[in-house]
Amino acid sequence: MDTIKLTIDNKEIEVEKGITILEAAQKVGVHIPTLCHMKLHDMGIENKPGGCRVCVVEVEGRRNLAPSCVTEASDGMTINTHSMRVINARRTVTELIISDHPFECLTCAKSGECELQDLAHDMGIREIHYEGEKSTYREDTSPAIIRDMDKCIMCRRCEMMCNEVQTVGVLSAINRGFNAVVAPAFEENLDHSVCTYCGQCVAVCPTGALTEVDHTPAVIRALSDPSKTVVVQTAPAVRAALGEEFGYEPGTLVTGKMAAALRRLGFDFIFDTDFAADLTIMEEGTELLDRLTRHLNGDKDVKLPILTSCCPAWVKFFEHQFPGMKDIPSSAKSPQQMFGSIAKSYFAEKQKVDRKDLVVVSIMPCVAKKYECSRDEFSVDGNPDVDYAITTRELAALIKLSNIEFKSLPEEDFDHPLGESTGAAVIFGTTGGVIEAAVRTAYELQTKKPLPKLDFDELRGMEGVREATIDFDGLPIRIGIAHGLGNARKLLEDIRDGKSHFHAIEIMSCPGGCIGGGGQPYHHSDSSVLKKRQMAIYKEDGAKKIRKSHENPYIAKLYEEFLGEPMSEKAHHLLHTSYFDRSTVFEQED
Amino acid sequence: MADSKMHILVCGGTGCRASQSEQIVGDLKAELENRNLENDVRVITTGCFGFCEKGPVVKVVPDNTFYTEVRPSDVVDIVNEHVVKGRPVKRLLYKNPKNDYSVTTTSNIDFYKKQIRIALRNCGFVDPENIDEYIARDGYEALGKCISEFSPEEVIATVKDSGLRGRGGGGFPTGLKWEITRNVENEQKYVVCNADEGDPGAFMDRSILEGDPHSVIEAMAICGYCIGADTGLVYIRAEYPLAINRLKTALAQSREYGLLGDDILGSGFNFDIEIRYGAGAFVCGEETALIHSMEGHRGEPTFKPPFPSVSGYMGKPTNVNNVETFANIPVIINKGAKWFSKIGTEKSKGTKVFALAGKVNNVGLIEVPMGITLREVIFDIGGGIRNGRKFKSVQTGGPSGGCLTDKDLDTPIDYDNLIAAGSMMGSGGMIVMDEDDCMVSISKFYLEFTLEESCGKCTPCRIGNKRLHEILNKITKGEGTEEDLERLNVLSNVIKDTSLCGLGQTSPNPVLSTIKNFYDEYKAHVTEGTCPAGQCKDLLKYEIIPDLCTGCTVCFRNCPVSAISGERKSPHYIDQSLCIKCGVCYDKCKFKAIRIA
Amino acid sequence: MSKKVKSLADLKKIKSDVQQKMKLREQGDHAEQIVQIKVAMATCGIASGAKEVMEFIIEELDFKGVDAVVTQTGCMGYCYAEPTIEVIVPGQDPVIYGFVSRDKAREIIEKHVIQGEMIDGIIPVTHKTIDDEEN
Repeated sequence: MDTIKLTIDNKEIEVEKGITILEAAQKVGVHIPTLCHMKLHDMGIENKPGGCRVCVVEVEGRRNLAPSCVTEASDGMTINTHSMRVINARRTVTELIISDHPFECLTCAKSGECELQDLAHDMGIREIHYEGEKSTYREDTSPAIIRDMDKCIMCRRCEMMCNEVQTVGVLSAINRGFNAVVAPAFEENLDHSVCTYCGQCVAVCPTGALTEVDHTPAVIRALSDPSKTVVVQTAPAVRAALGEEFGYEPGTLVTGKMAAALRRLGFDFIFDTDFAADLTIMEEGTELLDRLTRHLNGDKDVKLPILTSCCPAWVKFFEHQFPGMKDIPSSAKSPQQMFGSIAKSYFAEKQKVDRKDLVVVSIMPCVAKKYECSRDEFSVDGNPDVDYAITTRELAALIKLSNIEFKSLPEEDFDHPLGESTGAAVIFGTTGGVIEAAVRTAYELQTKKPLPKLDFDELRGMEGVREATIDFDGLPIRIGIAHGLGNARKLLEDIRDGKSHFHAIEIMSCPGGCIGGGGQPYHHSDSSVLKKRQMAIYKEDGAKKIRKSHENPYIAKLYEEFLGEPMSEKAHHLLHTSYFDRSTVFEQED
Repeated sequence: MADSKMHILVCGGTGCRASQSEQIVGDLKAELENRNLENDVRVITTGCFGFCEKGPVVKVVPDNTFYTEVRPSDVVDIVNEHVVKGRPVKRLLYKNPKNDYSVTTTSNIDFYKKQIRIALRNCGFVDPENIDEYIARDGYEALGKCISEFSPEEVIATVKDSGLRGRGGGGFPTGLKWEITRNVENEQKYVVCNADEGDPGAFMDRSILEGDPHSVIEAMAICGYCIGADTGLVYIRAEYPLAINRLKTALAQSREYGLLGDDILGSGFNFDIEIRYGAGAFVCGEETALIHSMEGHRGEPTFKPPFPSVSGYMGKPTNVNNVETFANIPVIINKGAKWFSKIGTEKSKGTKVFALAGKVNNVGLIEVPMGITLREVIFDIGGGIRNGRKFKSVQTGGPSGGCLTDKDLDTPIDYDNLIAAGSMMGSGGMIVMDEDDCMVSISKFYLEFTLEESCGKCTPCRIGNKRLHEILNKITKGEGTEEDLERLNVLSNVIKDTSLCGLGQTSPNPVLSTIKNFYDEYKAHVTEGTCPAGQCKDLLKYEIIPDLCTGCTVCFRNCPVSAISGERKSPHYIDQSLCIKCGVCYDKCKFKAIRIA
Repeated sequence: MSKKVKSLADLKKIKSDVQQKMKLREQGDHAEQIVQIKVAMATCGIASGAKEVMEFIIEELDFKGVDAVVTQTGCMGYCYAEPTIEVIVPGQDPVIYGFVSRDKAREIIEKHVIQGEMIDGIIPVTHKTIDDEEN
């Protein structure tokens, strides 16, 4: 490896060639402040437009200051990161950004998590010497995401996520100079765009310019309405991240405390989306086996590979971008919607509650789930199967609002019948998990033999596109996995071009899967947080007594009492859906 | 006799066409035909003569008579008098502004006397739509020599030895740029011609493309040969329709002659050129922004390195040069590096084209040797300041150049001297200001342009320039403080120090240079609340001098806001709270009874 | 027929062909440095055969290979001595000849223009041109 020597703040160091001044400085414990720069290590995600100019440093012999995030360190460089000239420039630049930013910190959704706030704090800015016109834009509220562009600082992180990582191409800089801002084309609203509501823009926004729609007031209203039975479901990835909001190390599982907190919040039944995940495996796994058998029997009409359909952003993505392929994904609803559907039928009947008096709240790592539960096809006579979807962050806010000291809560269990789940359901929260869960069940249903080993390491990891071949007792089943919509696009294009050789593909929109969802506690560009959450998910799976969906006794009971069997007519009616061609049609404006 | 005895050259540049030069050409041809003189006299539409202010321009050769401001109605006289009787049409001759004498030939016009035309050598001389005329002027001979007699290294050495530096503003040594691009290994490379001329008032690139498109085509092919590229791209703003058409015509002719395409002149070298249109954003003149724009992305600069030479268009090594730079290349090859490097100063060789504008008598496009002084340009070529006013300042380098003063007048013009003086060469804008110009308003004016044209990517340019402009606005309104002057300085320096691209890094130059050179004028605005040049409306006060006022009521009747009152035949009075400072009363008063305080 | 230029030599041939057509302009561009001959071509001149003389001069110069500009000019005021021509050799004062016939013209070109000797027939200069006024 080629190395170079340079001096940073009087410290001589030797570093590998090709790294930036910013990275070199980190190696000697010099933390140069940044704002627009963002890098998720080992995940191939980086935003470095070199636009904010906060990270400038003085390089001896250079005419102007160098942005350390994009300037390559070179041999013999002498760098000063805190000279008078640098501090003056950095503070001026920060003051300029703040001079075009609303002074609304007290009431901003991002307060306490805002990177601009942190920067101003760290630089000890007490006064803004520049005042003048501030940019003002119309607030854009969609079913899932709110854009308040007055708070945009043009870091372009959202644009990078939307275009390079997700290849959705909704957000892009428009206008020039002082009027430049990131927006959908023609400054349209998000709900008139092909936005998938994946929420990765929200996940990386350093300020309060992009946030999720806040549904906590509606939840509080439902909880305080004595005429309503309020049930809650929690998605698998929530338990692996919620603790971070209360000071736990990333990767700490807080399943029991979360159940306890939900009970104290006043939910009547604490259920688990994991139950519905097991149900999803029953339906999707059966559908996979059905298509596979027909394919092996020479049925030319059968579509393979089968694609998972748990992720609402992914569903909206292919509806917009690949409408011609909408019969390829599994018709199984997502676990959130399966849960809602069962809760408002099977469970409501059991409880003898009218579905209109049953409120289903879901806690999701996701902002797209807000959109998903608002889709027309997921309601009966205008009553939605899932009433409100709130994010992990919103749940934390609810807990704090309700004076619950999270850390001192006891560990409690979910309620029955919709709270019981297997290890297979838990791993739905990470990339590779859904397909691993499906394989565990499909293998045993197909081969009628018990799996020798439950951990499929070949399906795990953080690579954007992964593939593995699983031996179904002599029948090789080829599996593809993609997370991030840009990676999904590659696999879809292969299918469209007839180049795909997979039998089944799992797709999750967010890098890392749901653990990296747009509704999770902010990772602040630290990819180790995502990896720790992933490890926690597998740990939870490993600790479960039952780890295969088809062995969940409450699932068996549900089929026995209510649904009959997987893919039965009733199951089809309640647990399956169909997709729409959204290549040209946008939702009508209200 | 087959050949004609007289050529009438009519300028077909955009400026002259706007004042009916096309009709003049048509009428001349018709009139000559009427008199059966069409075989004796040829009428040729040429490119720009540079003297656009006096357009349409018509030149008659071989006697070299130069007519200015010709109207279609003058055609009959030109044919009757000049062609038939051999007498110049006196009223159409250029008049020397210094003594009002008529001047017949270009060689006797001050505007042309000190010019050396290399890049503009064919502008106003050849018919740009006729490749033969370009060939007659040694056209494509340089390319022919390069590809059949020299190795790419030898050609690069010649360009390096000539000392040619980028004419787009940066001043980077052209030969070195070619060498760097040549040395990057890649199967596909590109030659890009930057024709996104964006400086307000500068139009040398447009003129070259309109008047001599083949010189650019030839140079791009030479560059392609040197760096190992088979594709050239001209990035030209869509608002240059005439330049685009002439370029298209020229490209078609070059292809027809086999001077573009495969196996040029039997050498085995292949090269062709495509046109890419820009939407006219100033920042797209910056090479990385230009490349992004060509790729279909937002025209925004990105951090260099990587330089386009390493990773440019479509990620391939790309050599970007500006139109004027290219136009110099064939001459350098034909006449040699030595010949070229004799012109100019030690570090800036050759000539530079300037768009001379503002308060000088002769406004237009000029090409002068590097090392000429500002004084020579303004007072000799430019014919001095208009209306006998006093010279105050000259701004070079386009909207982000600095404003220089009379102490800089004798500085030889070159890249380094202009930077040392606090300005820059830029693409060659040169705007002269007289004593009536307020320097605070001037710097505000320039900043308005950069404000409008900033892409908004980096903070200092996006918000910093906005704040600078707001402070300047405050000062011109009389609401500024001495702290604001300090603030202007600090902020300008930070913008210079931290902006991403050349646009931002130079945008505060007008502010910094005017604060430095005209501090007293700024100070007068903030401490006394006055504008010494009398330009800042908010700081003016129109007053009637009672002793001189005859009560004629002319001001009263003309005031658009009824701010003036008074009885007939007795002194009038201006109500300051109503006055909008339009100056109508001042202009209308025949008794000089109104003063500006 | 294809107009393709196949080699550098080919190109140079095209060049010399077209250069002829542009000679007037090249000459005009540096008229001060070459011989200029102005033929007075007012009604009086034309009546006395100035047109024919001018064409003869152009042909003769071409024939002798002399680089010179021939232009017409207005009446020089010597109507009694038409056709009149003005000969300007670079670096020398302009000289005007009267009663210029074809033979006289041949002599002027041979003696004055090529060999630099003044010959008979010179009319003393009494007027100023517009360009002189300026100085």
